[in-house]
Order: sequence, then C-alpha cells, then structure tokens
Amino acid sequence: MAKQFMFVNRKAPYGTIYAWESLEVVLIAAAFDQDVSLAFLDDGVFQLKKGHATKGIGVKAFEKTWGALEDYDITKLYVDQESLAERGLTADDLAIPVEVLSRAEIGKLMEAQDVVLSF
Amino acid sequence: MLNIINKSPYAAPAFDSALKTAVGSILLIEDGVYAAARGGAAEARVKAAMGTLKFYALAQDLEARGIADRVIDGITTVDYAGFVDLVTEHKTSQSWL
Repeated sequence: MAKQFMFVNRKAPYGTIYAWESLEVVLIAAAFDQDVSLAFLDDGVFQLKKGHATKGIGVKAFEKTWGALEDYDITKLYVDQESLAERGLTADDLAIPVEVLSRAEIGKLMEAQDVVLSF
Repeated sequence: MLNIINKSPYAAPAFDSALKTAVGSILLIEDGVYAAARGGAAEARVKAAMGTLKFYALAQDLEARGIADRVIDGITTVDYAGFVDLVTEHKTSQSWL
C-alpha cells in the first residue's frame, strides 16, 4: 500500500549536493508508486528559481527535471511564502507551478505524512 | 584584503560575520552570490556595507542560479579570470567558509 512521503528541501541548489540527492530519492519513491509531495522552505526555494544557466559551473541544471515530475505523477509541490518573500521572490519567479502556503500550513502537511525525508 | 564568501546569507552566519569584520573587498561565489540579488532581505545589508567595502560577484555562479539579471547596482561581476586577478591584486585572502 502506498504511503505518504514528503521531501523537505531547505538547501540552495549547486552549492551542496543535498538538492540533487533529494530529487534522486523523489524519483525513486515515485517509481515505487508512493504518494509523494515536496516542500520547499528556506534556501530550498532557490532550487525552483527559473532561468538556471549552469554551463559556466559545469553541472546539470534542475529546471528540466522539475518539468518531468508530472510524468511521475508528482504534482504536490508546496512552497513557503515567508521564505520566498525574504529572498525577494514570488511564484512568478519559479520554473513550475506550485502551491504557495504559509509555514503553519506546511507544518500541518508535514505532520500528516507517513514518512518525512529531510534534505 | 580579499574576503571570499561562498555561503548563502540566508542559511549561514558567514556573510554577516564577514561583513562585520572585513576591510577591503568582498567576493561572492557559489551560494554566496544570493547576497548579490536585488529584492531580498540581504540587499539592505550589502548596501549598508558598500560605503566601506568593494563588492564583487562571480558571473558563472549568478547565471547558474538564475539571478544574473538582478544584481544589486554597485556590485561588479567577474568571471573566473577576474577571480584570479582579484586574488593576485590583494595581498591576502580570507575565505569565510
């Protein structure tokens, strides 16, 4: 039976390997037909910023992979409003459609999960 | 001296610690470049420090993070060759790891 898995992403992309590792496990969980959701808080919101051009630093950009999440039936993407605002971002700056929520709302969703994986 | 910051100002105390201590130049690289973007809470801290410090940011890291088009006025962008020039132009470097 499918369990509810939430992936909590709090790190900026590229500077560390956390964001990439999270995405790998997200796709694995989805491949096992689990009920997957992703939450983006703090610097994790930077992962979703559109317009990444990573040729100059020699790593793969995230943007195309976000677009592929729908193919894995991953549509529950939650972004913290407070984290966006502190970083001068809005939902329009993000590469894919997301649900912008308050910290309290994200907290409730976290509480309801069977499994929470932290990155 | 050249002060190199590679941590996000929103995730680590390195940025604030460097700004409180540094004399000379600040070079923002890797996740440090988030401090160079307009509109965030770090902008006011950068602007306040601009009176006494000269700010640089690495272009490739800005581009990778999709923020090359929103660099705060007064911050000079440099490429990797410019990074090397800054290191040689300053007598010493401190990396705020």
